[in-house]
Amino acid sequence: MTTTTPTVDAITAAEDQRERFYRLIPGLLREDPRLALVLAEIGAGYLDPVATAPAADRVINVGIREQLMLGVAGGLALTGMRPIVHTFPPFLIERPFEQVKLDLGHQGLGAVLVSAGGSYGWPGGGQTHFGHRDVALLDTLDGWTVHVPGHPAEVDTLLRQAVASQGRVYLRLDNSGNAHPHDVHTGQMEVLRHGNAGTVVAVGPMADRVLAATAHRDVTVLYAATVRPFDADRLRGTLTEPDVVIVEPYLAGTSTAQVSQALRGVRHRLLALGVGQAELRRYGTTTDHDAAHGLDVSGLRRSIDAFLTN
Amino acid sequence: MVYMTTALSCSQLPYSQLPTLMTRMTGDEKHGPSATSTLDVLWVLYHDILRVDAAHPDHPDRDRFLLSKGHGPMAYYAVLAAHGFLTPADLDGFGSFDSTLGFHPDGTLVPGVEIGSGSLGHGLGLAVGSALGLRLTGRRTPRVVVLVGDAELDEGSNAEAIQFAGRVGLDRLTTVVIDNDSAGLGWPGGIAARFAVEGWSTVDVDGRDHDALRRAFTVEHPERPLAVVAHVESKSA
Repeated sequence: MTTTTPTVDAITAAEDQRERFYRLIPGLLREDPRLALVLAEIGAGYLDPVATAPAADRVINVGIREQLMLGVAGGLALTGMRPIVHTFPPFLIERPFEQVKLDLGHQGLGAVLVSAGGSYGWPGGGQTHFGHRDVALLDTLDGWTVHVPGHPAEVDTLLRQAVASQGRVYLRLDNSGNAHPHDVHTGQMEVLRHGNAGTVVAVGPMADRVLAATAHRDVTVLYAATVRPFDADRLRGTLTEPDVVIVEPYLAGTSTAQVSQALRGVRHRLLALGVGQAELRRYGTTTDHDAAHGLDVSGLRRSIDAFLTN
Repeated sequence: MVYMTTALSCSQLPYSQLPTLMTRMTGDEKHGPSATSTLDVLWVLYHDILRVDAAHPDHPDRDRFLLSKGHGPMAYYAVLAAHGFLTPADLDGFGSFDSTLGFHPDGTLVPGVEIGSGSLGHGLGLAVGSALGLRLTGRRTPRVVVLVGDAELDEGSNAEAIQFAGRVGLDRLTTVVIDNDSAGLGWPGGIAARFAVEGWSTVDVDGRDHDALRRAFTVEHPERPLAVVAHVESKSA
């Protein structure tokens, strides 16, 4: 039996956002001696040991100790290093939330937090592993930049930007996404389609579904891979009918305050779609959960049509 | 390595002035054991142990002192003032809106204060990260000293840090535990045992005895972090 070695392009095409992250890390560590990756077991087994070997001392796996993971990140930053901290959203933002708040923010320190799995990337894992609260929780804190890429190539751009900056950056990786990458380096929203009867903002992985769900409507579709800071200028500058829908792959309503602030002084209507708050207590597939939250194409079409025709 | 500190500048005030400095913050002439539980440890650290310099508070090769137990910081501010990091006049506004000196310290406001603290159980993790960072950036000289309280050790985050520091042998890290017997449920078998079982060198010491404290902080502890348990009067006594 013969085997064929896949080309780099084939590898890249098959790669999801999380796999891209693991593949990028060794090179980033080698290029920048200030960088360190801090893990709490999750992810440690996915790094290529050969590629990582030259910087192995800067891969710090603290064991299943998420409070310490953030404390160590803060301490590294105190000595001038740039920590990248990685695990699933509930163990990165929720369990050690006070460390995120105090060991980074209150100390005036920067770090790059990278989660994987999105809101329900492992549906079989159930509620304990669901991550839809992450961006809303970070919204209670000062000074966080939040990226929600929709394609592995966007992860590349945003991760490189994040490690080169000094600030507090959250990079939210999702298993699902869009067929093609967008140019996300400016942090501004991109106009995917111009229309005259309302605006739909699609965040990260939601773009292809939003385009499909609104194909029959005369609406402007904006794409946001960076949600904090929220690109208020683009929303205001492209506004037609002041009917706005925002579709987010995490807790519904997370960006409602940002949209309201962007449109302050403008009478407008807003529909905020995303993951519901109710515990469904269901497993299954991501497709099942997309449908349950109305985030599949038909669900989005139903909600957006009902809103815009009322 | 030109960075040296121990030469005392003339702006430094003696130990005997600490009560007067504290009075500028508290208004009281006398201070109970609770307010001064850390005083002698802090004095010995700043006077004899730490390589820090008020003229260069951000020097990359300085030793790092992290006050994890942010409560009751008057003794800390007094010791910092005695060593030139603050002026005695800075102490007068303690806790007021325009002061940099809060009831819990803020590392972004006060020169020489490495971290903001107050919520218990954060300093040890930050100290572990600092020790790792210094090691990774090739700065093998500076030591990292973190001060925690015996009640503060109730917080589980400390256990995570103690375990990890022992496993990776952070030999430039020292934890000093001020034990004034204030942990509500106590520490049966003593505090040092919790560190020893995780691979730390440990010393129990009288937290009021300056000579004993100096010896404790300079004990050899190759390839292991050091825990100094400094016993002072019981909080409830």
